Amino acid sequence: MSEHHVRVKDWFPPGHVRTPFFLRGKTGVIERELGAFENPEQRAYRQKPDMRKLVRVRFTMVEVWGEDAETPTDTLDAEIYEHWLEPVNAT
Amino acid sequence: MPHDHHDHGHEHDHLSPSGHPYQPDQDHPLTKWQAMEIAMRELLVEKGILTREEITQTVEAMDRRSPADGAKVVARAWVDPDYKARLLADGSAAINEMGFHADAMKLVVLENTADVHNVVVCTLCSCYPRNLLGLPPDWYKQRAYRSRVVKTPRAVLSEFGLTLPDTTQVRVHDSTADMRYLILPARPEGTADMDETALAALINRDSMIGVAQASAPE
Amino acid sequence: MGGQPAGDIDFDQHNFALWEKRVDALLVLTSGKGYFTVDGLRRVLEDMGEEAFETMTYYERWVQSVNQNMLEAGAYSLEELSTKMAEVTARGETYGDCAGGGE
Repeated sequence: MSEHHVRVKDWFPPGHVRTPFFLRGKTGVIERELGAFENPEQRAYRQKPDMRKLVRVRFTMVEVWGEDAETPTDTLDAEIYEHWLEPVNAT
Repeated sequence: MPHDHHDHGHEHDHLSPSGHPYQPDQDHPLTKWQAMEIAMRELLVEKGILTREEITQTVEAMDRRSPADGAKVVARAWVDPDYKARLLADGSAAINEMGFHADAMKLVVLENTADVHNVVVCTLCSCYPRNLLGLPPDWYKQRAYRSRVVKTPRAVLSEFGLTLPDTTQVRVHDSTADMRYLILPARPEGTADMDETALAALINRDSMIGVAQASAPE
Repeated sequence: MGGQPAGDIDFDQHNFALWEKRVDALLVLTSGKGYFTVDGLRRVLEDMGEEAFETMTYYERWVQSVNQNMLEAGAYSLEELSTKMAEVTARGETYGDCAGGGE
């Protein structure tokens, strides 16, 4: 089964975003696609929102926390908007 | 939920962080935030933006919602495999069947089993499936739970009295955007003869957040 | 705030006060009518910073954010709010006294 790997962009803009800090720069797999939703980063500032695809990305605890991970194979899922994700080439 | 077996947190027993008791509010000196609430509410009514009836009805609707609603959904899924399949495939549509509404948010339902244990948090704010569980518990909104459950979920779950074996994978779900999450707890042993109503009584709030199991039958 | 060091979970639960439920209702209704979005609510909550999180209760932060968003939406002016808050405060000592005028 081919898994779709993505990396969360290592952006740190000031202001309201829905991408947790601890996931920036981390790589995971798309768990499911959720459809398109209004971009909250525009809604937060009263701007006319564009529709952005939202996906659930699953990260392993070892990917997120490194050697501090409590149980490396446990997972953490989060909803991430498409503009925060970049593809990861299969290695 | 009885958490009286926990003896943590006594340093902030009954005072809010700003140092005033939460309740009863009617008899304590007015705070500036309460004055702001009254002023805003009256201005919005005077300007025709809201009516008093709307405000009263919204508060009443809030009071009517409780974890008993979510428990009905879970109990139905326990007794009806087809409903369970629909609930896991499209939570919003499946709760609509039972007269509950997910509103603009979409509901994702995740099943807990012996192999996989799901637990929900909102690290960015306090997203919660209010339409099925009512208002979130205070601990769900606190820094301690939100910071720690994403990093050391097993330790946090053990503080709730739930110790999971290494053979169970833990999946933490951060409610970061437009989804809301309901956990479908595992049906306890010894409940084969129970009907839907009796089963619903076993389904506590915490089990639908994923920090507890459903209660064992008497 | 995920992953940051934090203390033990406090399992104490307060009963929601009427004024807190009313703040919640004001958010539900005004955002439902399109005056602002829940993202606007969160943006202001975050802009309040760490200190507000430590020193204000949940609904104290919410009422400030709803107010800020309604001001930005042009629902009322700062002058109108100030006048009304002074009038409310002058009604009495307690929430019960002061909330009565609008009922």
